[in-house]
Amino acid sequence: MNLDFSQLVPYIPFMLKGIWTTIQFVIVSIIVGSILGTLLALFKIGTVKPLRWFADAYTSIFRGTPLILQLMIIYYSVPQLTGYDINAFTSAVLAFGLNSSAYISEIIRAGIQAVDKGQMEAAQALGIPYRAMMKDIILPQALKNILPALMNEFITLTKESAIVSTIGYLDLMRRAQVVGSDLFRNFEPLLFVGFIYWCMVMVLTVIGRMIERRLKLSD
Amino acid sequence: MIKVQNLYKKFGSNLVLNDISVTIKQGEVVSVIGPSGSGKSTFLRCLNLLEKPTSGTVLINETDLTAKGADIHKSRQQIGMVFQHFHLFPHLTVLENLTYAPIKVKGLKRAEANDKARLLLAKVGLSDKAAAYPSSLSGGQKQRVAIARALAMEPELLLFDEPTSALDPEMVKEVLDVMKDLAKSGMTMVVVTHEMGFAREVADRVIFLDHGSLVEEGSPAAFFASPKTERAREFLEKVL
Repeated sequence: MNLDFSQLVPYIPFMLKGIWTTIQFVIVSIIVGSILGTLLALFKIGTVKPLRWFADAYTSIFRGTPLILQLMIIYYSVPQLTGYDINAFTSAVLAFGLNSSAYISEIIRAGIQAVDKGQMEAAQALGIPYRAMMKDIILPQALKNILPALMNEFITLTKESAIVSTIGYLDLMRRAQVVGSDLFRNFEPLLFVGFIYWCMVMVLTVIGRMIERRLKLSD
Repeated sequence: MIKVQNLYKKFGSNLVLNDISVTIKQGEVVSVIGPSGSGKSTFLRCLNLLEKPTSGTVLINETDLTAKGADIHKSRQQIGMVFQHFHLFPHLTVLENLTYAPIKVKGLKRAEANDKARLLLAKVGLSDKAAAYPSSLSGGQKQRVAIARALAMEPELLLFDEPTSALDPEMVKEVLDVMKDLAKSGMTMVVVTHEMGFAREVADRVIFLDHGSLVEEGSPAAFFASPKTERAREFLEKVL
């Protein structure tokens, strides 16, 4: 055991900057994933057959192949196909957003289907149009049921975000590797960012509990 | 006026409603009774198209709800419905339950909708529950809120689908009292019910369904005293 964290000190600001880089693209990915996921879920429970097929095929592809493969394909093949030089941030957001939307759509679909059918009938009987019914009556109730599953997905996404280090995006993970090869010591920087990941997940967990408690008000 | 003509409803190959024709006048209170599985609820749900009739027409004030391209949302605004299991929106307060549709669908101002909702809550005796969530109410209170919610849309017609069947016995009366008041105020009502007392006292007309067919109809006095058909007689012997 010859751990020496003192050598890490000059590199700490460099590594801390990785928090923001990671958070930045995790947040954008969560937003993209949630919007797309909600749309896909609505396709899946809808009555338009081609949309349903599309959503099912989409989910099957993005759940059926490794995330790192999807990331590589987006980062390396877009320039090859189109000539557009896609940057690491855009590739990362695309891969993570598209991938998590497949999972989120399944969570939301199950959540909507768990809402009592009578809620939809009551809304219809009042003459409430489909869009307003979904937005104001069904989805808020579904959201309450699926919040734990949804938080789980966001936590997974936060941790899995470390994969983007493989395309050279300077996130927390990549920065730990950079510092490691600079110092010829890997354990200390890896442990350091490991702790930061854990803190970020704890923050998410606490936020999730807070929202859950707020939604419980109507119980 | 509601005019139902030659209404058929099939679930798969199962014929649930068999050629039903009924006319209900403005201000009339009609009780629909019959054994379970006779198609009472399905009949009621066809009136606001929660079930799509297989064939036949439903006319409400000369508007054909079953016509192709009919604005079903618009029509439903004129037809309130009260369900057996209330179906209040659990994530909204009692007041919001009453104001959501008037604001969203009819475009009422919030203040105006709130005033009207408070009047309705007073009418059903629940003024003090405006800020409560449905989960804190008793079954009878929930059903009274559900009635108020339907009334908030100022419907021409109110449908009741076994409104007291899910209630504890001691809460049945408070809901029936509200319904009696409504009937007296001239609201057009179609009530699917097992409460023969209500049918006898309040209804202007009783419709008896069995196996999807309209077997007998008439004034409650005549129907309950001397049913014309064998099937109605058998049914009444069992429930009275």
